Amino acid sequence: MRVLISRALLTGAAAGFAAAPLAAAEIKVKVEVPKLTVAEYHRPYVAMWVEKPDQSVAANLAVWYDVKLKDNEGTKWLKDMRQWWRRTGRSLDMPVDGLSSATRAPGEHQLSFPEGKSTLGTLAPGKYELVVEAAREVGGRELLRVPFEWPPKAAQNLKAQGEHELGALVVDLAP
Amino acid sequence: MIKMPFKTALKLTAVAALVAVPLGADAHRAWLLPSATVLSGSDNWVTIDAAVSNDLFYFEHMPFRIAGFPQIRINRGGQQGGGQMAGAAPMGGAPAGGAPMGGGDPTPPGGAPSAAQLAIVGPDGGAVEAQNKAIGRYRSTFDVQLEKPGTYRIATTNAGLFASWKENGQTKRWRGSLENLAKEVPEKADDLRVTQSQGRIEVFVTSGKPTTDALKPTGQGLELDPITHPNDLFVGEAAKFRLVFDGKPARKLKVTVIPSGIRYRQNLQEMTLETDEQGEFSVKWAEPGMYWINASIQDEEGPGGRTPRRRANYAATLEVLSQ
Repeated sequence: MRVLISRALLTGAAAGFAAAPLAAAEIKVKVEVPKLTVAEYHRPYVAMWVEKPDQSVAANLAVWYDVKLKDNEGTKWLKDMRQWWRRTGRSLDMPVDGLSSATRAPGEHQLSFPEGKSTLGTLAPGKYELVVEAAREVGGRELLRVPFEWPPKAAQNLKAQGEHELGALVVDLAP
Repeated sequence: MIKMPFKTALKLTAVAALVAVPLGADAHRAWLLPSATVLSGSDNWVTIDAAVSNDLFYFEHMPFRIAGFPQIRINRGGQQGGGQMAGAAPMGGAPAGGAPMGGGDPTPPGGAPSAAQLAIVGPDGGAVEAQNKAIGRYRSTFDVQLEKPGTYRIATTNAGLFASWKENGQTKRWRGSLENLAKEVPEKADDLRVTQSQGRIEVFVTSGKPTTDALKPTGQGLELDPITHPNDLFVGEAAKFRLVFDGKPARKLKVTVIPSGIRYRQNLQEMTLETDEQGEFSVKWAEPGMYWINASIQDEEGPGGRTPRRRANYAATLEVLSQ
């Protein structure tokens, strides 16, 4: 059900409704899982969260991992997302409803986090960084950071570019 | 008198002393190496290697011997029969030097007290048993099942009590326990020197969230009393630790920190630090990887008589992760 809702939002954004006034501020994240030509490919584990300047976590947005393995065995590799594991992962009992979901295939993935109605919760005004960390079984690890200020005064389009485990990262802030 | 086995015995004795005090004349280092230090999920195990070597962390010299492990025979340099080393052989205990034992019983009944003892403390402070104990030509190895979430301290400890004195112009050497000291060592003798030696080598591993119950010092010998959690070490951040001797701050003590992978670089990249008045020191890690930290403390002057002078060594292997 959750997946259906996020797909609906994605469609809305793609159709150009993003500029329409919304009741609440929102963070939209478009993250690219790169297609890799490697002998053994596993979809990466990906975590995204919002960090305060002291590196404490203001909001845990999403965690993609192998949720389908029996006996919750997929949790064994959560620690490979080292920063996420350190900042919050090790304090959570995965899976967490609304936060964790299955790993995703190569391609672009859109997620929307309306304030007050998603894992974003409500953010106090201030400086933050949106962090995306990816770790792939028998592959590498990559971490991207996008600094931003909250609440956004106007619509903002922020970008970062991954080099191996992540592709383009686009963060859209809607006031 | 058969000469070769005797010589070998001396050689083994010398190696044993180095295990207790790796900062001796020889450069051998004793260490434990964990297969992982930060783990997620459940049903986690770690494997620990234990060895004595020059370079960190390569198996190239001797296994680190732990009491209760299987025995193996090692023939060194083609010598016949002289190279046998029992699993609980007198490692880590004999005095430096190498004259034969005189007086007392070098191997008291009930096992050799000087063999390294394995002590694994679980997240709740309780003891955990090692599993799959094995020994090879260059390393000992064992597994630890991390049944409970939290931090485990996996340590080996050595303890030894030695005495030497002159009797009719001959040097006598003794090794034994505190109980037998008064019985077997004269109260007054020429050049009487009694030394108590303690060694501790350890690693830390954490399943899930780091905890601190297993980190509490025992109050005996030289120990690490971490301020920064030893399983929360990252490149570019300073980690702070305290060294304690018998539970009290070890002030102005030299600490050596060496990164792993010596074989593949030209420079040792050794850091030499010193503890402050609170026994604290801080390390800033330049690269991710395994690090060996080591410190030794030694009484220059003994209290005299049969009261032992103290000698203690501490070593730990710590893993530093990238940001």
